Amino acid sequence: MSTVIRARGLGKKYRQRWALQDCELELPAGRVIGLVGPNGAGKSTLLNLAAGLLAPSSGSIEVCGGPPAADVAQLARVGFVAQDTPTYGRLSVADHLTLGRRLNPGWDDAVARERIDRLGLDPKQRAGTLSGGQRAQLALTMALAKRPELLILDEPVASLDPLARREFMQLLMEAVAEQELSVVLSSHLVSDVERACDYLVVLVDSRVQVAGDLDELIATHHRLVGARRDPATLPGSQQVISASHTDRQTTLLVRTQEPILDPSWSVDGINLEDLVLAYMDKSAPVVRRPRLEVQR
Amino acid sequence: MIEFHLNGRSGLSPYQQLVQQVRHALRLGLLKEGDRLPTVKDVASQLAINPNTVLKAYRELEHKGLVAARPGVGTFVTRTLADKSLSAHGPLRKELERWLTKARLAGLDEESIEALFLSTFRGAGEEVA
Amino acid sequence: MIWLTWRQFRGPALMMAGVLTVFAAALAFTGPGLADDYAQGIAACTGQEGGCTRFLDRFLDSHQSAFLGVSGLLLLLPGLIGLFWGAPLVAREMETGTLRMALTQSVRRTRWFAVKIALVGLATMVAAGIGTLAVTWWASPLDKSAVSSYPRLEAIVFATRGIVPVGYAAFAFALGVTVGMLVRRALPAMAITLAAFALVQIAMPMFVRPNLAEPVKATATFSTANIDGVGEGGLLHVQAGVADAGAWILSSRTVDKDGRTVAVIDLPDADMAKCDAPRQPAKAMQCVADTANRLGYRQEATYHPSSRYWRFQWTETGIYLALALGLTGFSFWWTKRRL
Repeated sequence: MSTVIRARGLGKKYRQRWALQDCELELPAGRVIGLVGPNGAGKSTLLNLAAGLLAPSSGSIEVCGGPPAADVAQLARVGFVAQDTPTYGRLSVADHLTLGRRLNPGWDDAVARERIDRLGLDPKQRAGTLSGGQRAQLALTMALAKRPELLILDEPVASLDPLARREFMQLLMEAVAEQELSVVLSSHLVSDVERACDYLVVLVDSRVQVAGDLDELIATHHRLVGARRDPATLPGSQQVISASHTDRQTTLLVRTQEPILDPSWSVDGINLEDLVLAYMDKSAPVVRRPRLEVQR
Repeated sequence: MIEFHLNGRSGLSPYQQLVQQVRHALRLGLLKEGDRLPTVKDVASQLAINPNTVLKAYRELEHKGLVAARPGVGTFVTRTLADKSLSAHGPLRKELERWLTKARLAGLDEESIEALFLSTFRGAGEEVA
Repeated sequence: MIWLTWRQFRGPALMMAGVLTVFAAALAFTGPGLADDYAQGIAACTGQEGGCTRFLDRFLDSHQSAFLGVSGLLLLLPGLIGLFWGAPLVAREMETGTLRMALTQSVRRTRWFAVKIALVGLATMVAAGIGTLAVTWWASPLDKSAVSSYPRLEAIVFATRGIVPVGYAAFAFALGVTVGMLVRRALPAMAITLAAFALVQIAMPMFVRPNLAEPVKATATFSTANIDGVGEGGLLHVQAGVADAGAWILSSRTVDKDGRTVAVIDLPDADMAKCDAPRQPAKAMQCVADTANRLGYRQEATYHPSSRYWRFQWTETGIYLALALGLTGFSFWWTKRRL
């Protein structure tokens, strides 16, 4: 399987602070990849680096086989929908399409017009007076009409209401069905990722905690509940992601390719949200609470 | 033509839900041999789900011999699940009703009945497997 | 890309075109009248006793507010263009996020920036050029009559005539673009641009323009022409004066026979008594001047002759264009590396 984004020791520093550091990443082509992680994990920085909007401070990133935004051909390969889906407020919808047509050699004007028509957008309306949902649709239409190999979406639906969010995702999924397209989409809404994506990357503190086919990840993670015991006694094939104990009971989240045969466990599947949360928790730094001590 | 829907609380993954819904429709006679399933693009767009998920569901149905994909035309139902089992529904239902009456007489409430049924159902399933 | 830049810039450009048209029309309407008045006045006074000094003073007096107003407008124009066209050019796109849309189209960012800065920068210079052309034409009779009160090389007249306004506008625009790029917010960028531009505009005539060429040193003796009057006890009131009427006088001082600067010329009472001739003030004045000369007092002045006007115009325009080019080069680099 070919790779659409490859990062090696990638880092981006703003003044004194690293927004992304030592990021290693390899994303397969032809998938809809969900990038999830807590705020400040570096998702947005990573996507901006991939779109060529930022230059790396260290390491390297390759997109569709070359450095991002290196030349016109590279720029044409990548579509980008930025956070909050900015558009030119004073330009009309039709102006935006003209802009896209004039600035992109591979622009598909017929598709763009058809989509705008179907979305019910008035071509004469100024983008500044569109609703958030319509603006997002316009930005997505523009990114798609460019006919990119890779479409990058940075939290595109974060600020939209549920209906607009659904409509946006419908347009996106329809395009994925129609066009040969790799998609990387960052979101903190697990429900969107669950429906739209077939590949998951959990990014915490610049590090990829887990990456893989979504169904496979769900199928290989299990919740085990049983009498209290030490997780170290599990077979080597079972990787413990998270563990919690009461004085009697132990609850584990394990990843394994093999069936769990130990009858002392009650085994349960997990949903995507649990999986994501477990990986986010796992890497969270341990906060030591100061203990109150009796002064003598 | 049928319309799919997704239930976020079902505990099943989207692709399993699609498979289940086709099987259900076949069993209830909503889909008959020769019927066309909605296109991958239509399902993906309507449900806002990944087209690969739809493809995967259709492939599984194809693998089970329930549908066949004709390239460029669509995916068509090749077999129905209704005919054999429908005739058996009546007698089975009668037996189940008798069992339910017995259970109520024994003092089981709705919840206990359901729990008993499910645990027996699962246990039996494992034995068969 | 040119289409997009024009589409974005259309509004401000049309507005500026409107303002300039009104301004130029007003000047075109009043200009010929002004020139006629001047020509008639000059014709009337030429050859008359006392020359044209009185007419020129009157002519300037009666049009002084228009003269200063028009010059003031043109003094503001370059700064305003830098403010309203330069500062938001990139900063506004950063603010609204459209920069990310623009830079992810299939256009290199350097080309995107080059077209933007070239098109709007050119418009800036054209606007300033039209402004200065109109004002230079309109004010030429006034400038001739204002030679002694407002020498052509001095602040307000120099900065609002000829070609320097074009240089100022180019610089203000490039400054605005660069500041906007660094500050990333349009409004603060506009404020900083204005402050920085004003600072440069004040520093230029104070510290740089006087040194654009070696000033001419002139030593003059006293005559009735440069002595204003005689005070009690023989104190002379001396007026700085060089032969060149439109010269830009940088310094003027009185020195004694040993070359020391003196604040006042204090003539001995005995000499003053000799010169006392109440009936003939002109003769008395001549006597006082002769006495001062005999005692070794001299008037020293440094100045730039009015003939240097165009040389200064070109040099200063060149300096501003070089600054503008430097800023543009920097912003290009920034666009490539840091934007």
